[in-house]
Amino acid sequence: MSEWLSQSLFYGAAISLLAYEAGLLINRRFKLAILNPILLAAIAVIGVNAVLGIEYERYYDGAKYLSYLLTPATVSLAVPLYEQFSLLKSNWKAILTGLLAGVLASLVSVWLFSLLFGLDHTMYVTLLPKSITSAIGISLSEEFGGIAAITAPVIILTGILGNVMADFLFRLFRIVHPIARGIGLGAASHALGTVRAIEHGPVEGAMSSLAIAVAGLMTVVLASFFAPLI
Amino acid sequence: MTFLRQFAIIAGVSCLGEGLRALIPLQIPASIYGLVIMLLCLSFGIIRLENVKSGAKFLIEIMPVMFIPAIVELPEAWPQLAPVWAPVVIITVLTTFIVLFCAGRVTQFLLRRQEGRNGHE
Repeated sequence: MSEWLSQSLFYGAAISLLAYEAGLLINRRFKLAILNPILLAAIAVIGVNAVLGIEYERYYDGAKYLSYLLTPATVSLAVPLYEQFSLLKSNWKAILTGLLAGVLASLVSVWLFSLLFGLDHTMYVTLLPKSITSAIGISLSEEFGGIAAITAPVIILTGILGNVMADFLFRLFRIVHPIARGIGLGAASHALGTVRAIEHGPVEGAMSSLAIAVAGLMTVVLASFFAPLI
Repeated sequence: MTFLRQFAIIAGVSCLGEGLRALIPLQIPASIYGLVIMLLCLSFGIIRLENVKSGAKFLIEIMPVMFIPAIVELPEAWPQLAPVWAPVVIITVLTTFIVLFCAGRVTQFLLRRQEGRNGHE
């Protein structure tokens, strides 16, 4: 059976979508943040692939068409952003300052923790662009001499963390304003955080979408000052 | 407005984004260029909101599933991660919380100060 599935072009997409549906059902049934539908779906797919003996590459032959849609989906984030544009215009100072604070917090904290753990230059610059969207983060890491194969999973892990922990962190840090929630989640956890922000509401979603682009661009500029520090 | 035309516009803007990516020597992905192009086109009335709205809404709605392949790939990175996983995971978790705290609280602080000044808290 695994031979037939290994050759299937639709297995990867089908198992991912089915697993996500199952994840949604479980999430709605138990209403626990840790039972996050994306996380549950991914764990289920990893399990099924292992049981059926399907390698990641074979799975990805079908699943890549899901990843393929990420570019048009990100482009589509301009629509909710446009719909909230008046909110952005009247609060742009607070929003840009908040994003700058988030970007600096990311760069400074990675630098200090790398010093604390005694990481070398390669590991330090591998982690430096961890908070931004993977397409920018991976190429920045490579430019500074980091290891893209580690930057990529770290960026994904950062995204899952924000997606799963958002509600808990908002309560813990007493972040209640919808604009502040969107900016915080987007700055900390890029597109995976934005997916969660959209579930909170249109303002949160739009602000988080903005954060992906602006925090990414700010990091491109500022990371080059941080990269030589270790 | 048909879905097909909406997808044609969104795919066209994505393609323009790829064009800029190829032209401009910066580490900015096609999707970010595309987002900015789409925003500008909507703002200047080159693209009308109703001509992309339902297609965009659909793509955003199904966006969570687009991340599943990347997460399923995580165990594949284990050979590279194994020697350094402990500091990497600790740094990743803590910095994510710190960034959310700083960006969220600074934004909230400034918004409230501004709202206080405008007199409608």
